[in-house]
Order: sequence, then structure tokens, then C-alpha cells
Amino acid sequence: MVMDRKEWPLWEVFIRSRNGLDHKHCGSLHAPDAKLALQNARDIYTRRLEGVSIWVVRADQIHASDPDAKPEMFDPAEDKIYRHPTFYKLPDEVDHM
Amino acid sequence: MIDARSRYILHLADSPLILGQRLSEWCGHGPVLEEDLALTNVALDLIGQARLLLAHAGKLEGKGRDEDRLAFLRAESEYRNFTLVELPNGDFGRTVMRNLLFSAYQLHLWEALHRSSDSELAAIAGKSIKETRYHLRHAMDWTVRLGDGTEESHTRMQTALDALWPYTAEFFAADALDDAAADDGPGVPPASLQGPWEDTVRPVLEEATLRIPERTPFRSRGKHGMHSEHMGHLLAEMQHMQRAYPGLQW
Repeated sequence: MVMDRKEWPLWEVFIRSRNGLDHKHCGSLHAPDAKLALQNARDIYTRRLEGVSIWVVRADQIHASDPDAKPEMFDPAEDKIYRHPTFYKLPDEVDHM
Repeated sequence: MIDARSRYILHLADSPLILGQRLSEWCGHGPVLEEDLALTNVALDLIGQARLLLAHAGKLEGKGRDEDRLAFLRAESEYRNFTLVELPNGDFGRTVMRNLLFSAYQLHLWEALHRSSDSELAAIAGKSIKETRYHLRHAMDWTVRLGDGTEESHTRMQTALDALWPYTAEFFAADALDDAAADDGPGVPPASLQGPWEDTVRPVLEEATLRIPERTPFRSRGKHGMHSEHMGHLLAEMQHMQRAYPGLQW
């Protein structure tokens, strides 16, 4: 077993589809640098016309909220009903939102 | 005249056909998964280009040979690919170096053929330019990273360049068929591609800190149907299924 083998950094891949407005996370890959990460993402994640725009972010640059802290992060918003956008009745013309 | 034109287009088709075959050999053997996909994607693009050109040549020839018959049932001396593309893949660096040298040539060839008087050929060229730009970019990026990389990767790339460079002389040597095609309109004088090709390839090799070999009188003759010792083995593998089960479809 090779103990000192250096793995290429991990990159997270986000693709915006042709009809979409936002980039969605679709997977990850290993690449030595950003340029090759973009090319590999194109080869791996847009084989079937999935998208027209690619973002790659080094996985270690992504900072995530602590799942154990979910209660204190998100529960307090639940009972502040004056913030919730649920009291308007949208006119029919714009109700598709 | 028609026969000369169809033979010229066969020559255009055979290099992507054979290089597609060679790159397909990487399927399942890439150094990493991402490059396994990248190389086989390039292979698919090249096979697609070959199919369009073979179908066009077959129609022009008018002897009832479709793309499959032309791809799989010709004799070795009837294939007119550059010798460069039939050479064994070697290591990843050698494969990448070959892709660099060939796709740089193809890009300038397609750009010139885009203005061909043969409208079908011009259309094929237009579609293929986009694919080839991507192939070239992939090869350039890897050439620079491996050439200007570790001592080992640099040595392997220099060895690859020294081995493959002589086979590029054939790209720019004109024969009677090229001259006829260029005069007639549909083709491109090979010598006219040498300047743009060198302008594309030399800066990349320099950035990769590689030493560019001197030109020698060596001239491979694949496009005349005179192939290296590797072509027979390649065709044995490539043609086996169609010859064993004629007309096989799935």
C-alpha cells in the first residue's frame, strides 16, 4: 500500500442547466488545479446536456454550518410568524411564484 | 476527378478513425477516472468526425460502400491515415503529446476546410472545429503540466516529443492527391498549414520547458498507404468483429 501518495484536491461541481437560473450541486471530482477541474467537470457532468455553465470550488473552501447546531441555528425562526411570507394572497396573474 | 476527391476525403477520415481507435484503448485504463473519461470523449469525437467523412467519401465514390464497410473492411494499404496516429499509445504523457501535435494540425485544417468548395466538407469542418478546439486545449494543458512538472514527468514528455516529432513532417508533405484536391477546390495545400501549426505548437512546448527536436529528413508514409509495423495489429483488432460476423448489427 502506498502510504505517501498525494491525492489531488477534491472539487465540488455546480452546474446551471440551460433553463435554470442557479447553479446546482451535482457531484465532485479530483483535479490538480481549477482549469483541469473545469475540463473534467465538463467531461463528467455535462455528457447528456445537463448544463451550460460550470462552477468548481475546492471542497476545502466550502464552509458548512454545523449539523449539531441545527436547533439553535434554525428553530427560532419558526415561531417568528411576522417574518413568514405566508399572509399575502397573490393576484392570479403572478400566483405561479 | 470524383475518385480523386473521394480518396482525398478518405485520407481526411482515416486519421481521426485510427486515432479514435487508439484512444479507445484507454477505456478503463486511464491514470485517473477523470482522464479515462476525457480521453474516451476525445475518441468519441474523433470517431464521429470519421463517420461523417467516411459516409461522404462513400457517397462520392458511388461504389455502394457505406461508412462501416469503409471503416472496417479495407486492406491495410488502403488506409491513408498519418503514421503518427497508428503508433502505440505509450504512457499518458505520450498520448497527450500525440494529441497535441495532431489536434493542432486538425484545428488549422478544419479552419481552412471550412471555406472548402465542397459544401458537405465545409459543414463537417464547421462542426468539428469546436470539438478540436477542446481536444487541443486538453492536450495543451496536460503538456504544460507534465512538461513543467516533476523530473519524471518532464523526462517522459521529452522522450515522447523526441519520438513523435519526426512523424509530423508527413503532415506538411504534399502528394499528387493533395495537390489535385487543393487545385480542385475542396482541399487544402498541406504546406500552407505548417506555419500556423508551428505557431500553435511551439509556444506550448516552450512553456512546458521541452526541447523541440531538429527536423530530419525522416518522412513517414502513412497517408500513402505505407504503414508502420503497428498498423497490422491495430487493424486485426479493429476489423475482427466485422470480418468474423459480416454485416453484424446491434
